[in-house]
Amino acid sequence: MTTRQIVRSLEPTQDNLLAILHRVQNDSTRNFLDEPEIREVADYLELPYSFVYGVATFYSMFSVQPRGRHVVRVCASPPCHLMGGRTIRDELREYLGVEFGDTTEDGLFTLEMSSCLGTCGIAPAMMIDGEIYGNLDGVRLREIIDRKRREEP
Amino acid sequence: MIPLMHVILDVSEEAVKAGAREFQEVLEAKLRKEFLSEDVRILESANLGVSGRGVCLLVYPDEVYYGNLKPGDAARIVEQHFINGKPVEELFLGSPETRRLMEWRRKEGIIKKGRGRVVLDNVGAVDPESLSEYRSRDGFKALEEAVRNGTPEGVLETVKESGLRGRGGAGFPTGMKWEAVKDAPGDRKYVICNADEGEPGTFKDRILLEGDPFRILEAMALAGYATGAREGFVYVRGEYRTSIDRLENAIRLSRDAGYLGPNVLGSSFSFEVKVKEGAGAYICGEETALIESLEGKRGTPRLKPPYPTTEGLWGRPTVVNNVETLANVPPILRNGAAWFRQFGTERSPGTKIYLIIGHVVSPGLVEMETTTSLRELIYGFGGGIRGRRRLKAVQVGGSSGGIFDPSVLDEAMHFDALKEKGGILGSGSMLVMDETTCIVDMVHGILNFFLHESCGSCVPCRIGNERLVRAVNGFRTGSARMSDIDLLEEIASAMKVASYCALGQSPYLPLATAIRYFREEFAEHVNGKCRAGVCRFNVLKERQEAQRWMLAMSR
Repeated sequence: MTTRQIVRSLEPTQDNLLAILHRVQNDSTRNFLDEPEIREVADYLELPYSFVYGVATFYSMFSVQPRGRHVVRVCASPPCHLMGGRTIRDELREYLGVEFGDTTEDGLFTLEMSSCLGTCGIAPAMMIDGEIYGNLDGVRLREIIDRKRREEP
Repeated sequence: MIPLMHVILDVSEEAVKAGAREFQEVLEAKLRKEFLSEDVRILESANLGVSGRGVCLLVYPDEVYYGNLKPGDAARIVEQHFINGKPVEELFLGSPETRRLMEWRRKEGIIKKGRGRVVLDNVGAVDPESLSEYRSRDGFKALEEAVRNGTPEGVLETVKESGLRGRGGAGFPTGMKWEAVKDAPGDRKYVICNADEGEPGTFKDRILLEGDPFRILEAMALAGYATGAREGFVYVRGEYRTSIDRLENAIRLSRDAGYLGPNVLGSSFSFEVKVKEGAGAYICGEETALIESLEGKRGTPRLKPPYPTTEGLWGRPTVVNNVETLANVPPILRNGAAWFRQFGTERSPGTKIYLIIGHVVSPGLVEMETTTSLRELIYGFGGGIRGRRRLKAVQVGGSSGGIFDPSVLDEAMHFDALKEKGGILGSGSMLVMDETTCIVDMVHGILNFFLHESCGSCVPCRIGNERLVRAVNGFRTGSARMSDIDLLEEIASAMKVASYCALGQSPYLPLATAIRYFREEFAEHVNGKCRAGVCRFNVLKERQEAQRWMLAMSR
């Protein structure tokens, strides 16, 4: 489907804005909202570009910068922090070799922080794309990342 | 046909890698061979609450967890456990410690007693994607009775009499909220289910949405019937993919069967429900910010009053109820207000879902009466402190809740319990901390959370949180002075008075209680001592960390 078709797959009412942005971003190979895409959405809903851009940058699940194929969200909530979340954050940063908000050189992973993933029973946790990984430690962390790497063609 | 047993198979990516599908195949074949395919239903779950334990299985109604299974184990489980009723202990999940705990819980009847009273009785016991299974557990009976033989006033009266209070955190009487919307002028009204569960330490709403989605729809329809609303929205946080999918499915099936849509069950009452997906913003759990977001805007809160009960979604009277609150409604209407009031206390009737997490042997959630003490929750359900360490502190109610020392252990966990001690029950989350925890470091983590989630629209919250983090960081790096302890409280109380919404008011409680109960530790940090050995007093390292945090937030 073209961006135009995706945008038009929902009624042109403002309360559909977030849902449309989700659909457009899910279709993007680089996991982000491009300027022309935001313009298309703005035109369709008859909203100013600046307004839609403002919405897209307010919510942490949207990005206006290109991201990697997989988005790694590490939970930075107090419960995860208590269960060793900081070590996990440091290890991930080191293992992937990028800072939070950045993408690995091979374009595979973007490292992000989430303020709470809602899986506190298995803290510390992270989410890769839609999938939750809990009870993390350094070894498991590396295994999971390695497995994701191996899956790539 | 309604199955007698439900087997929930972990089909997370990791479990599938470990052979979950192969196991499933063998299990299904074995069940067919034993003529049990109809009686034992296999459900799939992407999140069993365990992670990294290979192929896992949760068996209801016994609530037995199996882990690290091989396809060869399927036959044994079917023969020994399903047919002969003797769970295969060697295959139980977890350490000997957790196994003993599970055994103890079963013996004490905590699982049976705690579960299945009011709210969680269907979770795990029905297929969340099957309308007929929900109906087999008296599902939609309350709605049916209301639209066929009842009146909106009757429904409202029962909810008021039950004394049900909002489970989202504030504990506002649900019946009063509904009445305000009913009495508000206007012909268009709305019902919103707040499923933007983002409070750290809280995942009860996810369990309800994933495990019993029809119940939430029935409750919303009842709220609509009582208040005169004809449209409802479930606002679910974007991270809860499974919840969203199950709700969409439940709406479709309920509509097809006439429980939702135009002329519910042939009556003159019509009610539509739509799911709205969030996109990652803690602030949207605040009801007016949620409404803004639902309308397709940035999720910044509105000034109250006017309250949503008179001017909510698109300026119309709107009921906003938490998921757990709504989950109480159908059983209350089916069984009556008096039945509900036999649980809990006079002012906090019913049960509450408690989340016991952190340094306990067995973290998780449990539904108990509101007369349950913190001690029972931590040492009974949670199995005590892990590694035979000592309890140091517990934060009750989520990140905006108070941090207490063990002197509060015998308090009952109802809405008014911690009030005189300055606390709240909040979301019902209990974050348990042992002696390896540094309170200053925990407070820093909590304040960082608020800094990250401040929407930035009002000054006290935007600047205040930044100042708080900087000030508490001084304690971690050894650059703080004694007077900074009072400074922390001063900033937080200014924020409490001047902030636009609850988020800016939130840092006060954890901070003030942490200082009240653990002042000595703050003082020690001024002198470069951290008794838990967590703080490194390394100025440069902490600066680096702070810069990283700011950078990560700005992207």
